[in-house]
Amino acid sequence: MERQRYSLFTLARHALTGHRGWKPAWRDAAPKERYDVIVIGGGGHGLATAYYLARNFGITNVAVIEKGWIGGGNAGRNTTIVRSNYLLPGNIPFYEHSLKLWEGLEQDLNYNAMVSQRGILNLCHSDEQRDAFERRGNAMRLQGVDADLLDPAEVRRMAPFLDFDNARFPIFGGLLQKRAGTARHDGVVWGFARGASDRGVDIIQNCEVTGFVRDAGGRVTGVETSRGKILTGKVGMAVAGNTSRVASFADLRLPIESHVLQAFVSEGLKPVIPGVITFGAGHFYISQSDKGGLVFGGDLDGYNSYAQRGNLSIVEDVCEEAMAIMPMVGRARVLRSWGGIMDMTLDGSPIIDRTPVPGLYLNGGWCYGGFKATPASGWCFAHLLARDEPHPVAASYRLDRFASGQLIDEKGAGAQANLQ
Amino acid sequence: MIISCPHCGLRDSSEFYFRGEAPTPRPDYEEGNVAFADHVYGRINPAGPQKEHWYHAAGCRSWLLVERDTRTHDFLSVTLASEQGR
Amino acid sequence: MTRLQAGGLIDRTKAVDFRFDGRALTGFAGDTLASALLANGVRIVGRSFKYHRARGILTDGIDEPNALVTLRGGARAEPNCRAPSVELFDGLEAQSQNCWPSPSFDLMAVNGLFSKIFVAGFYYKTFMWPAALWERLYEPLIRRAAGLGRLSGQADPDSYDRSHAFADLLVVGSGPAGLSAALSAARSGLRVLLVENDSRVGGRLLSERHEVGGQSGTAWAAAALRELAANDRVTILTRTSLFGAYDGNSFGAVERVSDHLPITADGQPRQRYWKIVAAQAIFATGATERPIAFGGNDRPGVMMASAIQTYVNRYAVAPGKRVAIFTVCDTGYDVAADLAAAGVEIAAIIDARGQPTRDVAFAPVIAGEVVRTFGRSLKAIEVRRFDGGMERMAVDLLGMAGGWNPNVGFASHLGKRPDWCDTLQAFRQGTLPGGMMFAGAADGALSLADAMASGEAAARRICDAAAAAQPMVVSAQASPHVVSDSGQKSFVDFQHDVTVDDVLLADREGYRSVEHLKRYTTLGMATDQGKAGQVLGHAVLAQHRDAGMAAIGTIAARPPHTPVAIGALAGVHRGEHLKPTRLTPTHRWAAENGASFVNAGLWKRAQWFTRPGDKDWLASAVREAKAVRSTVGICDVSTLGKIEIVGPDAAMLLDRLYGNMMSTLPVGKCRYGVMLREDGFVFDDGTVARLDDNRFVITTTTVNAVAVMRHIDFALQVIWPGLKAHACSITEGWAQIAVAGPLSRALLQDLLPAIDLSNEAFPFMAALAGEWNGIPMRLFRLSFSGELAYEIAVPTNHGDALVRALALLGRAYGCTPYGLEALGILRIEKGHVAGGDLNGQVTAHDLGLGRMLSKKKDFIGRAMAERPALVDPGRQMLVGLKPVDPAQRFSAGSHLFRKGAAQVASESQGHITSVAYSGVFDHWIALGLLEHGPERIGETIAAASPVRGTCIEVEVCSPVFFDAAGERLRA
Repeated sequence: MERQRYSLFTLARHALTGHRGWKPAWRDAAPKERYDVIVIGGGGHGLATAYYLARNFGITNVAVIEKGWIGGGNAGRNTTIVRSNYLLPGNIPFYEHSLKLWEGLEQDLNYNAMVSQRGILNLCHSDEQRDAFERRGNAMRLQGVDADLLDPAEVRRMAPFLDFDNARFPIFGGLLQKRAGTARHDGVVWGFARGASDRGVDIIQNCEVTGFVRDAGGRVTGVETSRGKILTGKVGMAVAGNTSRVASFADLRLPIESHVLQAFVSEGLKPVIPGVITFGAGHFYISQSDKGGLVFGGDLDGYNSYAQRGNLSIVEDVCEEAMAIMPMVGRARVLRSWGGIMDMTLDGSPIIDRTPVPGLYLNGGWCYGGFKATPASGWCFAHLLARDEPHPVAASYRLDRFASGQLIDEKGAGAQANLQ
Repeated sequence: MIISCPHCGLRDSSEFYFRGEAPTPRPDYEEGNVAFADHVYGRINPAGPQKEHWYHAAGCRSWLLVERDTRTHDFLSVTLASEQGR
Repeated sequence: MTRLQAGGLIDRTKAVDFRFDGRALTGFAGDTLASALLANGVRIVGRSFKYHRARGILTDGIDEPNALVTLRGGARAEPNCRAPSVELFDGLEAQSQNCWPSPSFDLMAVNGLFSKIFVAGFYYKTFMWPAALWERLYEPLIRRAAGLGRLSGQADPDSYDRSHAFADLLVVGSGPAGLSAALSAARSGLRVLLVENDSRVGGRLLSERHEVGGQSGTAWAAAALRELAANDRVTILTRTSLFGAYDGNSFGAVERVSDHLPITADGQPRQRYWKIVAAQAIFATGATERPIAFGGNDRPGVMMASAIQTYVNRYAVAPGKRVAIFTVCDTGYDVAADLAAAGVEIAAIIDARGQPTRDVAFAPVIAGEVVRTFGRSLKAIEVRRFDGGMERMAVDLLGMAGGWNPNVGFASHLGKRPDWCDTLQAFRQGTLPGGMMFAGAADGALSLADAMASGEAAARRICDAAAAAQPMVVSAQASPHVVSDSGQKSFVDFQHDVTVDDVLLADREGYRSVEHLKRYTTLGMATDQGKAGQVLGHAVLAQHRDAGMAAIGTIAARPPHTPVAIGALAGVHRGEHLKPTRLTPTHRWAAENGASFVNAGLWKRAQWFTRPGDKDWLASAVREAKAVRSTVGICDVSTLGKIEIVGPDAAMLLDRLYGNMMSTLPVGKCRYGVMLREDGFVFDDGTVARLDDNRFVITTTTVNAVAVMRHIDFALQVIWPGLKAHACSITEGWAQIAVAGPLSRALLQDLLPAIDLSNEAFPFMAALAGEWNGIPMRLFRLSFSGELAYEIAVPTNHGDALVRALALLGRAYGCTPYGLEALGILRIEKGHVAGGDLNGQVTAHDLGLGRMLSKKKDFIGRAMAERPALVDPGRQMLVGLKPVDPAQRFSAGSHLFRKGAAQVASESQGHITSVAYSGVFDHWIALGLLEHGPERIGETIAAASPVRGTCIEVEVCSPVFFDAAGERLRA
């Protein structure tokens, strides 16, 4: 299929013919009998994996198999934050690699995913928290990542509308990553889909995996789907929200619990919040979309769920914390709330690794941080699938770390999913 | 969500603390790391009925063994965890 | 003026003055802002989101996409209020939005010139080069142009309330079906809660002209209200919008207590958030009329037919002088009849169903469709007659009667999607969540009689299982109507400017799932969340693909059903009430003594006590710490968790909870202990005191008090339910005060003359339970400071008396109150870990406590603590650190490097966990975690904080800076 370039020029040219000349952004493919690699999951991670398999390794006989419509899981349900402000050495290089990919993504994909580096400001409300921010900011700087520790006056210059003298949790300062920001989540999915499809990848929607095909030695040689059996050399799983379920088809038991996380958007408002702001005396984050909606969220509901919806007590917590840091939003209205299913690992960090089952590879356990990881996750999973060895920046995301103790526990919360 | 606590009756779930899927029984030390790793980190994480532990923190302080459907949030049974296996 | 001479549910004796965009206008009590604007002849009220097209009032309710205004001013400015749902009040001020300088003349309308380029998703295809211009140019322009109203930027000055309600039956909506259901249930004795979004009950009865049982519909509704109000088992909440359905038959609603008033009454909230639990719920939420897609269907003067009916009948406003009705259902005929009855000229009824269903006397009925419209605000329409030919008609008002979509979204809140119903030609709720029913128009019973029967039947089903078997009536409708080849923009989402062509473009580009369609075109993402136009948009797709609507599918409705103010959901939990504040037993005394307080979890603890002459907080803290080292100090430590464990197996339980052995602890003694999590990392530390054979009191850190209690309950109830022991938190029950310093024994001996506190009788780590002044008292010889020290506990309500007694007796010894900062200095001087050192990422071994872990017993965390990575000799371990140049200081969070090593991550060998200024040594000291730390005592290394731009040389030393032999605490 001939690639249609996107630009203001082509847009104007197509306008002359009433935009009747545009072709599908990606081919809606029917499954072939056999592929070199099958990626299960047409979310951001799966599509990015297929894109980079083709782009970086020339592996184009690839199928992305999606149960519903692409981007219908967490890729289309997140709060669109991109950042690399992590603490631990196992995490920072990976997320920084991701942020660098975000920075060049639109030009690479020729698709405007509206990556907007308006910064993320974490607020702190105690001396201990400021010390922890200093440690984290230093860890970032030492990895070559930008970080600034702000005093309250500097925070005030950035966001004068905050409630600095909150009667309960006044603001002690903040940690700023200027290069962080947001991206248009659906655009990311569609951009990767288009890029992968242009390079020959088959994107197969409405095709649900129901089992694995295995040979006598136990090796996975294909997948059973609602549209029949498809054979392959390697299967990569990128099925956030369903990781345990799909892994169970291969009798794997993973260190993952699936939890619901709610997110919220307000009615459209004129620009009022500059970047992403987080509240430190609870769990609350907020940004404003280009369309004007305040996009915000907080903690997990706290119980395992596959239902993609939450309950009122978290709605209340989130709104209380919104009012605690920016009481100007009292008269802004919540327009829509929704829930996504977070595959929470028991140390809060993801897994990109081979599994004990030959031929089956796992990309999962992104907790509630999967969106920002999308490009690097695809990049590194493609590397693993192509080379059979981990990419250096994802080398810590091993599945056996729970047995060995090489955990990547940013919060130090231990083996309880809803605390991570 | 509303949980029927065996001691306290119908109570809002905000009174309870959720710990997670009920783990396999705790092994003895002698059973070694592999058994413990499974106990601490192994999860079935079913999409459907799941056995899990809730704690009535703002009530009777009982640990409850709950069976709940993770697709619908329906509570199928609630019992005192201490009465399991007795 | 377009106000009719008579009729309407308005009070013509009460004129109400208001302002719109600064213009002084007048309406009547009972008006909405929309009806008053129409009555004043205001036709253009706002501009659309993308093309800035002029827009007029389209609907009569909360789903209004066009007439969005900002109400009030200053800090009370409220953006995006829907004019048809704003009750008029005296002095109301409203501003139009999204236009400059005015809705009639908007400079941003220039966007419309580029509308051929600004099609669905155009922004995904452009603004990519050069990359740096996105944040600097393109995005700011887009952001400025987008958005609707503007927040004031000031704190919301109003208050919000939160209430709970419980009922046997919740009825949502008080139209004919809702009232019938409520009456029937109330007569059966159920506790009924009736929730109505409007200021009056009646629903569509207020908008239409019906007779019910020989009286007018409004009179019947008023009678029903009287009956319900007289029943004390019925609660009626008007001006209350139910916004969400949640698990456990829970519902959220917001009552607008004061929004319809000029000023919030004293002591009243602006709004009240209701949490409702109801065994059963009947949703008589009505239906939303759907528009018809034809050219220029967004022109001011094109309105929903049902809205015209509301304005004519309820508000006595004729929004036009010469009217055409474009209909695909009988609603259009009813509306035309009402207009005719009000004396308005009807140009034509245009029925697109092919065969007109009714002949009417007052207007010609044309089988055909409206193709396009003309005029800045509507002046004419062009009609395509099915019998051939186009006809141009001069009208200033066009009603669209495109059929009805039942309001079934609440079922989707609980995960149950509606199904396409061919008879109804709309989505209807087939699968119901438990405890939820739909009735009336919301269930597809569109006629008055059917709706009332449906409501009553729904109520009966609750009381009578037999009734449940009866089938429900479903009205027949025509399919959603799309006019082709209009040559003008045909809108399916008015606010977001989504056109028929946009839907087709999305389809062409492969965005074929309705979710892709929504996300690519923004269809259904406006403030009405697609209630008006989404089904129509999907119908465009269905007709284009020649597919059924069932195959096209629908978008799940999500809460809130109608948007809810963030302030309302936060309720009373604002400012100091965000979280509970816990005060220590000595809080008042501390405040009297100059304490500054700091948050410690939910607690407020004294951080330092300012004395005259202290030049800053550090001077106060250093003075206090020195006093402890030289004389005696007192400090409230009540916030530490305290748990009493009793029973014949209590000692065995403690052996399993702690890494070290506790069963060997003699009665009357304390022991320091460390608890691990089952994953082998340090959970908490504290002391265990044995008061008698079967009774122990343990302490936890402040932050883990609750978690440790839960953990112990888990051990007792889940892991080892056979153990005969009980545990109970006594944190709130006892006030505990540390008395520390060389003179502490003398002071305490004065307080407790009857108890021998000599070193022989009450040595280090001794514990006893006794009395002070006849009050139960517990005394522990514990030292966090490294000095001779005690902790004394009395029941909480005596804590204030105790601290005052200690302070009074302590005058003789120079007794000094000390706060958290001094406590920090003292413990760091002694190398005790706390706070930032115990971050959940460290092992007992890391903290130099590895030898405490018993090898003789199993305990929680033992096995996993032996995992390879947890016993790696290369792990970072606790050390002390001091600046090589004593004049220099460092900060917690600095990273540690070999001297001369490059400051890059791969060279980082650890970090500083806590720092303090030591008055004893007159320089800064720190604790930190360092690779191979204990082997490197005496080595000079670098501590760098790139975010502060600092790097200094530090010497690695023992974490115990002061009195390493521990002589002072045993003195």
